[in-house]
Amino acid sequence: MKPDFLNGITILLAYQLVGEITSRLLQLPVPGPVIGMILLFLTLLLRGSLEKTLDSATTALLSHLSLLFVPAGVGVVVHLDLIGDEWLPISIALVLSTLITLAATALIMLAIKRLLHRGNTHAE
Amino acid sequence: MPNETSFTQIWVYLAASPLFGLTVTLLAYLLAYRLYVYARQNPLLNPVITAVALLIALLLLTGMPYKDYFDGAQFVHFLLGPATVALALPLYRQIGKLQKLWLPILTALVCGVSIGGVSAVLIAWALGAAPQTLMSLAPKSVTTPVAMGIAERIGGLPSLTAVLVVTTGIIGAVLGTKLFDLLRIHDDSVRGVAMGVAAHGIGTARAFQVSAEMGAFAGLAMAISAFVAAVVLPWMAELLMPVLATPG
Repeated sequence: MKPDFLNGITILLAYQLVGEITSRLLQLPVPGPVIGMILLFLTLLLRGSLEKTLDSATTALLSHLSLLFVPAGVGVVVHLDLIGDEWLPISIALVLSTLITLAATALIMLAIKRLLHRGNTHAE
Repeated sequence: MPNETSFTQIWVYLAASPLFGLTVTLLAYLLAYRLYVYARQNPLLNPVITAVALLIALLLLTGMPYKDYFDGAQFVHFLLGPATVALALPLYRQIGKLQKLWLPILTALVCGVSIGGVSAVLIAWALGAAPQTLMSLAPKSVTTPVAMGIAERIGGLPSLTAVLVVTTGIIGAVLGTKLFDLLRIHDDSVRGVAMGVAAHGIGTARAFQVSAEMGAFAGLAMAISAFVAAVVLPWMAELLMPVLATPG
């Protein structure tokens, strides 16, 4: 095992741990790993050299991120009966609303990007 | 020559050991991933769906309870935590773009989270779903632990929300890129943010299959929208309550 891998995974776990503690201490509604991610991002801004140390562990974890959702996915199918006899309105709402959210978010971001871009070129 | 009792004994050992759940999870995923690559990365064959389907079939065939399976699979599940923290790195590598795009990202994010919640609730309400179902649907685009917390606060059923969140992630992962192609949206930062807002971690995993840039922005959007949703959705649920009290 390359020493960088061990260093990297230790740093990731330490940030998750700090995130979990922060989330509980401050009673934030956001889970520990998300806080850990933001803290690690801020650390990287201050100390860019950390990027090299984290590289191999991060690549290993993120190259098959889909795999990590499989156990929870199996759990969902087991609890599918919770949806019960409202499966039709729920399915329609999920598919339509997901498509609407994807399209709306992307189009709003594009529109504001273009608006800002136009403003910048006018100012120049 | 092993007889039937020794097979039973082996099965009793396997069913009690975490080794079985862990190994079949990896095997199912490898098989699903092969199939996905073989189908030239067709998003309909998203490896999460195929692997989950294979494992469900296995659990049904062997009669193994989910709890026993999860005793092994939890080792994979546990890695979601450090993997979420690791999303900071690809994001850091996009710092130049992030500095230029923070305003469009934040605006799209707040709008996207609100539209995601309100549209799901209103569509299901119009189709006659019960109030508790509506409140369980509202946080469906938010990452699971946050979504369950929100559902609990606004009068939904957290366990139902968990099911709806994963289903939403899979819908987004399967349909997302096709929709962007249809709308002629080719900018990977824009596609990534939309994927993270609408389909959280599962959408982020899909985004990483497309490009590191799309993955980085999806991870950012997933994380920030968890904060935004925790603030915006309970407030929005209260606002919608008078409308939802009347049947659709």
